[in-house]
Formats: sequence, structure tokens, C-alpha cells
Amino acid sequence: MAGKTELTYREALQKSMFEEMDKNPDVFLMGEDIGRYEGTFKVTKGFFPKYGTRRVVDTPITEAGFMGLATGAAMAGLRPIVEFMTMSFSILALDQIINHTAKIHYMSNGVVKCPIVIRGPGGAAKQLSAQHSHSMDGWYAHVPGLKVVAPATVTDVYGMLKTAIADDNPVVFYEHPRLYAMKGELPEKEFTIPFGKAQILKEGNDISLVGYSLMSQVNLLAAELLEKDGIDAEVVDVRSLLPLDTETIYASVRKTHRAVVVYEDWKSGGFGSEIHARISEDCFDDLDAPVGRVGGLNVPMPYSRVLELEAVTNENHVVAAVKKILG
Amino acid sequence: MAKQGVKNSTESPAVLEQYYRDMVFLRHFEEKCNLAYRQGKVGGYMHTYIGMEALAVGWLESIRKGEDYVITAYRDHAHALLLGTDPVAVMAELMGRKGGTAGGKGGSMHLFDPERGFFGGWGIVGGHIPLGAGLAFASKYRGEDRVTLNFMGDGASNQGVVFETLNMAGLWDLPCIFIVENNEFAMGTRLEYHAADPELWKRGEAFGIKSERIDGMDVLQMKRDAQRIVDWVRKNQQPYWVEVMTYRYAGHGAADQDRQLYRTKEEEELAWKRDPIKRLETVLLDQKILTAETVEAIDAEIVEKVDKIYAEADASPHPDPSEVYDNIYTDMTVEKGH
Repeated sequence: MAGKTELTYREALQKSMFEEMDKNPDVFLMGEDIGRYEGTFKVTKGFFPKYGTRRVVDTPITEAGFMGLATGAAMAGLRPIVEFMTMSFSILALDQIINHTAKIHYMSNGVVKCPIVIRGPGGAAKQLSAQHSHSMDGWYAHVPGLKVVAPATVTDVYGMLKTAIADDNPVVFYEHPRLYAMKGELPEKEFTIPFGKAQILKEGNDISLVGYSLMSQVNLLAAELLEKDGIDAEVVDVRSLLPLDTETIYASVRKTHRAVVVYEDWKSGGFGSEIHARISEDCFDDLDAPVGRVGGLNVPMPYSRVLELEAVTNENHVVAAVKKILG
Repeated sequence: MAKQGVKNSTESPAVLEQYYRDMVFLRHFEEKCNLAYRQGKVGGYMHTYIGMEALAVGWLESIRKGEDYVITAYRDHAHALLLGTDPVAVMAELMGRKGGTAGGKGGSMHLFDPERGFFGGWGIVGGHIPLGAGLAFASKYRGEDRVTLNFMGDGASNQGVVFETLNMAGLWDLPCIFIVENNEFAMGTRLEYHAADPELWKRGEAFGIKSERIDGMDVLQMKRDAQRIVDWVRKNQQPYWVEVMTYRYAGHGAADQDRQLYRTKEEEELAWKRDPIKRLETVLLDQKILTAETVEAIDAEIVEKVDKIYAEADASPHPDPSEVYDNIYTDMTVEKGH
């Protein structure tokens, strides 16, 4: 393992933020319980002792207020990283993010910039029930003026967070609570990963499984299961929702001639529906079957573990969808 | 109630004349905007500052222009103009022209000029208040001694995010002056129908923020109070909450055609007797700084100036349709086509 260390997804996030904060004094953290309490998911552990109250700002529980305040600070040239304890709580700040943060640059015709990172866990952890479990990535990926990324690997979460912090535009950075403890190898040398580039996590010839965030890991598991049945699936990790790298997705579909889009958000109207529509629209002549779509059940997330497991997308749902398409 | 006017000004005659000229200019500019709206040159929503001129002049003459930060809602022409934004660019923006402050993308409600410290120009009532606190946060973070003027209307003072912001401003000692331009109406809803306690000045006190109510119809008193508060905030690096009593002679917006739905003609006539421009004019005439002739000459000069601004803006080109994709992001655009 020359030049590589094994880190968790959480540790990779921390490494990325430490490096950027050390480099640029304008970068600061803001959010609920991120300082003294070290963050609900411990992503900001170690930051408060190192940087103090000036650069690690514990906020009152007022999502709209601190989102707007961070936006104003960004307009004045600082580079805030705002943590939402869960992306579900960012709903309280939707007016700030959509009507203000995302639109400033356009409304001012480019004279005001808003370099801000909005990060936090989106998606179901375990039995957090209806008000703490939804990702709503499609809500933000719907909005011009925002960039939206959802890394699925240790390498990506490190490299893409660096890109997000360096970006002069508002970036919504989706982490996943079920990925924080996942381990992976990270090159020791500093690097960044650009937005707008999807990647192939596993090559295959029979069908393309298209997803992002936790669902890319689910797709890898599904691909393993499918292999046992002699089906060679390709796993396309979208990584960046806005901008969206349709080229890589289409190239995979043109190779396999079949696709299933997999997402955790509510199935109806989720961002997976958008990817599905694009493939259907632009790759029609290359397809041997209608594009499949696997999403979260259209229910508020239930508490019971039995019901929750029923609601959240898993590899078995993907396998079933693939088998349906392949007949 | 607010204090009554200053009889003996301390400003020099030249400064007093400048306040007068600024207010008359704002009045004529806004009247021209109304005309442009009626002519169909300006579309959408447009909100004029007619009647409130003394308030903006008092505050903006009390700051370090270009260094201090200013942010306001959609009734924003006066703030931009007083900060020195090119009036032709302002008028052109209202007309949706390429040469406007935002290339025709913002319109009347979204004027920006960050080089002069002006950060908009916002359309969601109360939504920009945390942004203003963020500007103050940034200056404090950097150890600068700027102040931020964070203007809002009386209607905005009910928004939840305003209270959230006051809490943070009090908690973190942000050098931000929250200025409630209380013109007695939230669109068409009178203060007594929208505020549980119409003494809005009290709202800062719950957050440990120095708070007071002052008169915004007398520019000399306004300037005196504004300067005192700006100096205090700059020195102490703490927030301030100010309710400034004023009156909106105009409707809420240019599209507000029937003011009698929410107030009587008699009330308006009475309010016109408090016209801040006439009030200063009387002082200037009394002190023999101006004469009836110079008042007329100033008026004619400004009318001509505004006519020229209008003509120049109106002669300027519209944006090219392809510009619709420009400046959504700093470094990329969106996929093109419908």
C-alpha cells in the first residue's frame, strides 16, 4: 500500500477540511453542535480545539437564519462551510438556499459571488424515522445556480470536498450517514476531483446500473449478486448531479444497451427520474429495453426497522429490476 | 412618539443644500420611474421611495460610503443612488436593459453595486436580513471596523428569519444596524393589523440589542440620530435595532392602483403636510440658505438631469437573447434549450 492510507469516509472528509482550513483563513465552519459537541455524526471532531470559536461557529438551532448569515458572509468574500445536522433540516432554510444563495450571482449579473459549501448527511441512517431520513437531493439538483454532488467513495468525498471549498459558487455536498464508517484507501498525496465527471466503478457489458452516493455502493453489491447469475453489470457512479455528466452515462448505456437508474429519494419525481428521462430521450436508438427505475418507496420514512427496510432501496430491489429487464 | 425636528442645524450651508438636492433628486427620479412604468418602459414590480427620502439620506450620509455595507429589500432605488451607483444604469436596469446594473436580469427590485458596498436589492420580505448580518459577520471576522446598514420595512419585522437573525446578532455582537423603515403599511395592511405590538422598536430589546424609535421625516434629525448610532456601532462593534417613523406617499408598488382600499385621501393629505422635502426647504428658506428663486432653479436643474437619465437609459440596447445563460455560475452554464 505504498503512498496510501486506509481511512473512513468520515476521516477523509475531516482530512479534506483540515487541509483547506489550514490553507485559507477565509474558510470557516458553521452549524449546529459542530464545535464543542464535535458534530452529531462527528464529522467536525477535532476542529473546535484547533481553530476555536472564530472559525468553528456553533449556531443556535435556526437553520434559515444561519444559512442566510453564511450566505451574506460569502457575499463579502468569506468561504463558509455550512453543516446541516441532516439534510432534512435544510428544508427550514430552503428560502435562503433557493431564493437567495442560488440566485445572487444571476440576479446581480455576476457582480456578486457566493462561494459557500452546504454539507451534511442526506438519506436514511437507521430508524431515524420520517423527519430525519430523507435526502431530497433532487430538490437541490433542480435549482440553477447550485452545484450538487453526492460522493460514494472515500477518495471522492475527500477530493470533491476540496473542489467544493475552492468553488466560487454555492455547492450542496451530500454525504450519506451509512457511508461515514465505510473504509477505503486514500492516496497520501493531496489531490482534487472535479465536478461534472461520472465514473465507472465496475465495468460490465450486460446492463448499466446508474446511481450516486450510497446507491452506488448498493449497485456494487447488486452487481456481485448478478454476477452469480451470469449477468455482467456495469456500475456508473454519477457523483455530480449538477453539473451532470451525461456523456459518461450515455457511453455506458450505448455499450450495454440497457440501464436501471437507482436512487434513494422518493421514487416519484426524484433526481433519478431526471436521469431516466435523459437516457430515454437521448439513447432511445441504443436501448434494447425500456430504462428501469428503482427508487425509495413514496412513503414518509417509518420508524420500525421492518418497515424502514421495506421503504429504503437495497441491492435486492436492483437485482429484481435488472432481471425484469433482462427477462 | 418620535422627537420633533431640529431647529438649529450644525451642518454647513453647502451640506444642507446637498441634502436638499439629494432628496429632490430622489423624488424626481422616482416620479420618472412611475412615468416609465405607466408608459410600459418598466415592467414587473416596482416600488418607489416617495415620502421616505429623508430616511435614506440621513443614514447614507452617516456612513463611510464604499467601505461600509448596505443591504435592503425591494424598495431599493434610493439606497443605490445615494451610494453613487450610476443613475443611468439604475434606470436602465428598471427598463431591463443590457447596460443596467445587472444587465437587465434583476430589475427594479434587484439592484446591486458591491464595489460601493451595496449588496441588493431583495424581493423576499425579510429574507435578506440574515444576509446583512452575514456581511457584518464577515467584517467582524476580518477584524475590520465597517458597519452594515440592514434596511427592512415594517412588514418584514414580523418574519421569523428576522428574529433568528436578531438572536445571532445579539449573541455574536455583530456590527449591524437593523433599520425598520416603518412607513405604516405592509403592502396594503396597516401596522395595527399586522403587528401585535405596533411599537416595533421594542423587538430588539428581547435579544439584548440596543433599540430605539426615531423620526425619519426630518432629514436633519434623521442625520443626527443616524450618525450617533453609526458611530456607536462602529466603536462598540455591537448591533442596533432602530425603528424609523416615515410614510409612504406612494402605493406599495407601481401596480398598487387603489390606495383608498387601505387609507383615506384625508390621511394622505395630512401626511403630505409632513413632506420631508418641504420641511427642509422651509428651514433653508428661513435660514436664507436658499431663496424662492434658487429653489425653483434647483428643481428645474434636477428635472432636466432626470430627463437626461431617462433618455439615455431608454436609448440603451436590450440584452441579446443569448445572454439568458450568462452568469448563472462563475465558471459554467446550464444545458441549453427548452
